[in-house]
Amino acid sequence: MTNHKLNTPEDLNRLRDLLAKQRENGRTIITVCAGTGCLACGSEPVTAAFRKAIKEAGLEDKVEIRTTGCHGFCERGPLVVLRPEGTFYQRVKPADTKAIVEQTIKNGQLVKKLLYRDPQTKEIIEKEEDIPFYRKQMRLVFGKNGYMDPTSINDYIALGGYQALAKALLTMTPEQTIDEVSKSGLRGRGGGGYPAGRKWASCRRAKGEPKYVICNADEGDPGAFMDRSLLEGNPHAVIEGMIIGAYAIGSCNGYVYVRNEYPLAVKNLNIAIAAAREHGLLGDNIFGSGFHFDIDVSRGGGAFVCGESTALMASLEGKIGEPRAKYIHTIDAGLWDKPSNLNNVETWANIPLIIEKGADWYSSIGTAGSKGTKVFALTGRVNNTGLVEVPMGITLREILYDIGGGVPRGKRFKAVQTGGPSGGTLIVETRDSKVHDSLVAHGDIKKEDEVVSLLDLPVDFDELTKVGSMMGSGGMIVMDQDSCMVDVAKYFLNFLQEESCGKCLPCREGLRIMLEILTRISDGKGEMKDIDTLEEISQVMIDTSLCQLGGSAPNPVLSTIRYFRQEYIAHIVEKRCPAGVCKALVSHAIDETCTGCHICHSACPTNAIYGETKTLHIIDQEKCIQCGACYQLCKFDSVKRVKRGEGDRIQRIAKEKWQPLAKKQPAAAA
Amino acid sequence: MSLPMEARNELEQVITTIVDRYQAKPTALIMALQDIQRQYNYLPMEALRMVAKKMSLPVAQLYGVATFFKAFSLTPKGKNHICVCTGTACHVRQASVIVDNLARALGIEPGETTPDGEISFETVNCLGACALGPLLTLNGTYHGNMTVPKLNKILDKLRAKEPVEEIAEEVE
Repeated sequence: MTNHKLNTPEDLNRLRDLLAKQRENGRTIITVCAGTGCLACGSEPVTAAFRKAIKEAGLEDKVEIRTTGCHGFCERGPLVVLRPEGTFYQRVKPADTKAIVEQTIKNGQLVKKLLYRDPQTKEIIEKEEDIPFYRKQMRLVFGKNGYMDPTSINDYIALGGYQALAKALLTMTPEQTIDEVSKSGLRGRGGGGYPAGRKWASCRRAKGEPKYVICNADEGDPGAFMDRSLLEGNPHAVIEGMIIGAYAIGSCNGYVYVRNEYPLAVKNLNIAIAAAREHGLLGDNIFGSGFHFDIDVSRGGGAFVCGESTALMASLEGKIGEPRAKYIHTIDAGLWDKPSNLNNVETWANIPLIIEKGADWYSSIGTAGSKGTKVFALTGRVNNTGLVEVPMGITLREILYDIGGGVPRGKRFKAVQTGGPSGGTLIVETRDSKVHDSLVAHGDIKKEDEVVSLLDLPVDFDELTKVGSMMGSGGMIVMDQDSCMVDVAKYFLNFLQEESCGKCLPCREGLRIMLEILTRISDGKGEMKDIDTLEEISQVMIDTSLCQLGGSAPNPVLSTIRYFRQEYIAHIVEKRCPAGVCKALVSHAIDETCTGCHICHSACPTNAIYGETKTLHIIDQEKCIQCGACYQLCKFDSVKRVKRGEGDRIQRIAKEKWQPLAKKQPAAAA
Repeated sequence: MSLPMEARNELEQVITTIVDRYQAKPTALIMALQDIQRQYNYLPMEALRMVAKKMSLPVAQLYGVATFFKAFSLTPKGKNHICVCTGTACHVRQASVIVDNLARALGIEPGETTPDGEISFETVNCLGACALGPLLTLNGTYHGNMTVPKLNKILDKLRAKEPVEEIAEEVE
């Protein structure tokens, strides 16, 4: 076995130069995204097909295939980028690989049907960096993902990896390292936003040995997957960050607590740790500095509350993941009652950047109180689902429209939810008079309501908190007119109630009762005083819960009451669900726009839909169980969700008005 | 419930290997239990007692951990495992339609197994493939943009004991 040990920074530089030279060999590189999103769309068979096609074309010497971590644009997966040109192919199927090899790689011609077409301008875009989804992003932490095989430490080193570690260990004292991180203004990316440098300094000062550094990769927020993508796509950045942190704090032992539901992240992380050990970057006497450090990986058991620091540490000790009161901080007495410094995956991944490029550079990005970039998982009712990394302070409008591409199928934007179950749901826009009118017509707000627009809200830690939400770990879920805010609040409370560990009463009982009330409201049995009760219980929970799970649990309820009170009132007073979600208040009916495509007929589980192909279809109101299968399938938006009992009336009108139409375009095409 | 001698010995062997893998470190308790669960599809009570003895931990602590975390089950799961994502992104894309229809078709609630032991069905908070929502996994394979007809096709194949391949996407 060859000795890979890098004993000095000079060894690292030599290896980097050598690898960088090897990479500049004039070969075309086919990068295939192998993040979980693209794997789920079938990127593995695409890679295999490329291998075969390259072999058949006899291009094995001229072309290299690199499977990389997540590129972020999950909506268009599987993604293929040809480098160095940067040609971007999307939704690539195994059958397309031959054309890419024959036309693009051999003859330099583009395969038009695989290129990205801007849905707004219809313009065909060739290069990755020109696509609007990427153009407004600032990919500092995620930047390397698309250029490296996460299982190859050589790829990371070739791109300048572990240079920051060498710099910290050999040219900076631990105190200087902490100073640099403090000056950079980096705040914890896990949700709390606590200044990382301040935490490190306290932990360094804390008495007790040994000290632990922990990476929180128990990413439990539904709709957030940036930590997973980082661990999958660039695990060495996290490891490098942790080593630097351990050096600054004075720790020799590190743990990564990662969700068991992320098998690929666990696998890539373990490969990376083994490679780092082999290269002497973990273990004794790193770079001959006399500093030693190693990392253990621990897989979580699937409990949301374990994302909370004290619960996570309990779980690491092999105990039930219950949090404890934090009058003694974990930096003084955490894991095994020893000083422990816990940061989130994304926070750790920022550290090498800060050390390498300096605090001044880092703090030049972002807003006064929030520096650097933040990765958001943009999901829900949005055209471009994916991971986006943007500078702090970018507006919601830029994220949702410029990067996200707006709402699909021409539906109306309603709200955006940030911060996961602990965050809030924000109304997006009511300044635009048209949107304002439609909100009024929909019963979301009153006509005389003051106009609120949060679309131009700069997104950072403090601004989000001000409007009743929070940054959280960076989930950003877009909702359109089909989302009911009572239902959304109910959804989060149901989630939190299941995940509450049950240790303290305010959280355990408060959530149960609030969920009961919300269920009553969505069943049409609510009373006006219920809103007051919800607000009252919320306050008690905020004031008295043991940990932040309970303390922030009322946020989804309070924020929806704050921005969508009218919708609550509609449920309670009119017994109507304006969005048509709450089953007890809704009837399904088909209107005169029905084309008779017959799709709904086969989907109906109770055979409640009648009609022949190319004739008007009718839903039997007696048989219908409001499951919503037909609504989900109808491409023409002909299935309507109306107030309970109105179904027959709508269908009577439909019978009078309906005419067989020769040709209609699906709404989706508009 | 005690196991026959032969099964007991085999279980003991498996558990020794797994506990040794982690050098009986308490920090690895959850991982050791995960490995046992993966092998047996559930955590037999007997296994908890053996692990407790080997790691010198109280059985109560193991029982606590095994019932606290979602990853563990003390009852056997079905041969086929369907997991419907009910993360927020899937929820706003009407994952509840899929959950309700699956529950109705199988005649069981999430978290249960069909009486013939063929299919287990549960919901999960987020699978992190939000672009494909609503989605489910069948024995670990992703099936995205789920609709009721697609779901019915999957169930038909499962009932006929045919292999279920990823049903091709209709790209609009």
